[in-house]
Amino acid sequence: MYRIVVPGDFISKDVKRAGEGTYIFSNCVYAQRYGVLDEKDEIKVVPFKGKYVPRRGDVVIGSIIDISFPFWIVEIASPYKALLHVLEVSDDERIEFGKMNEYLNLGDVIVAKVRNIDVSMRIELTLMKEFRIKRGDRIIEIPHTKIPRIIGRHGSMIKLLKERSGCFIFIAKNGRIWIKGDENAVNVVSEAILMIANEAHTSGLTDRVAAMLDALIKQRKRKILTTSSATAENEGEGGNE
Amino acid sequence: MEQPLIKDGRRVDGRAFDEMRPIRIEVGVLKRADGSCYFELGDNKVIAAVYGPRELHPRHYQDAKRAIIQYRYNMAPFSVDERKRPGPDRRSIEISKVSREALEPVIMTEFYPRTTIDIFVEVLQSDAGTRTAGINAASVALADAGIPMRGLVSAIAVGKVDGEIVLDLNAIEDNYGDADMPVAMIAKTNTITMIQMDGKMTREEIQKGLEIAKNACRKIYQMQREALISKYSEEIE
Repeated sequence: MYRIVVPGDFISKDVKRAGEGTYIFSNCVYAQRYGVLDEKDEIKVVPFKGKYVPRRGDVVIGSIIDISFPFWIVEIASPYKALLHVLEVSDDERIEFGKMNEYLNLGDVIVAKVRNIDVSMRIELTLMKEFRIKRGDRIIEIPHTKIPRIIGRHGSMIKLLKERSGCFIFIAKNGRIWIKGDENAVNVVSEAILMIANEAHTSGLTDRVAAMLDALIKQRKRKILTTSSATAENEGEGGNE
Repeated sequence: MEQPLIKDGRRVDGRAFDEMRPIRIEVGVLKRADGSCYFELGDNKVIAAVYGPRELHPRHYQDAKRAIIQYRYNMAPFSVDERKRPGPDRRSIEISKVSREALEPVIMTEFYPRTTIDIFVEVLQSDAGTRTAGINAASVALADAGIPMRGLVSAIAVGKVDGEIVLDLNAIEDNYGDADMPVAMIAKTNTITMIQMDGKMTREEIQKGLEIAKNACRKIYQMQREALISKYSEEIE
């Protein structure tokens, strides 16, 4: 069913269909990375692991790690740092030197799109203002190679996660996932996503995730019921989870 | 050395001339590293960890066109009979350099400009042939880290003991033998990426040794490949 390949493995002679994770040498296609072979339309190797390298148009979640006028320097779970220009944040009013932290400060987490990358891997971002991550929102991080599994075929997995939990889930290309909603539901979704990431290479995942979600939701509900009745009995004590 | 190193066509440890010591490979043994591998070759025990590609400091070391590779071969103080003084010495610096150059031809560094790929090889127990064990381990660890490569590198030593060309010398044979020649190659393409020699061999002996080493490298390559594949296929079923 799945074929695991190792760098240097011969895959095919069909050079025209060679895609990502492969290389061509003397009219043959070889694997470039350690991963699973996907020959559906083009020949691809989906790697198990690897560092995220941004591409133009990718949506990423990053955190501000430095300010150096006129840029914010953004960490995006990659070997490379990205830059966000002041004009991206405010185009009507001018942001003065030294006042940049009033708009975005160190530690703030943003949703951004990769606007441009040049050959020396200088990455320019544009801020996606419609998505504002507030302090206290949940961000979880998984290897970016597992992102397609979280989304599922035609979005089946993400749809399942959203419907069963009622949470807002935002998946960025760099492996960061933003979850918003009821705290218990957020916990359940985080657990489910980490499980998917751990078992990304196994089959029948969607069904297992569905079962797991139901079980977790039920379990949490029971817990809430018992803790709330307990706190009702001895009033005054905080009902900590 | 009074005892013969070869008796009745067998070596000190009972092996045939072209027989390797047993090999054990385990992939992904370290949690923090991006890729890792534990490798045993007889009594040699090495562990390789790969980090990266990651940001490289100081910045003037960066190459605007490709990733650079840093390789550190290090022997644990307890890896040999007499305590080894910790820290890099002349020998380990040389081994680090040749091992790095043995792996460089397969790594597609052009995908990650301005970064570094760090390879750490720690020798836990040594019994001659640790540089080849280190290269084998590092090669698997690189693949495990998801680094794009043209193939895997496999390495083994050949040498001359009591006038016979033998494969994969152990410590006794290395110490009292006539020559030791570690070889690293890309088994798929038959490309030699490292060859060194300590001692004396004739042209014919070297040629014979190379053939034996190449065959052994192909076997090691199969084992490296199987180790990587079995890591995930157990779970996929």
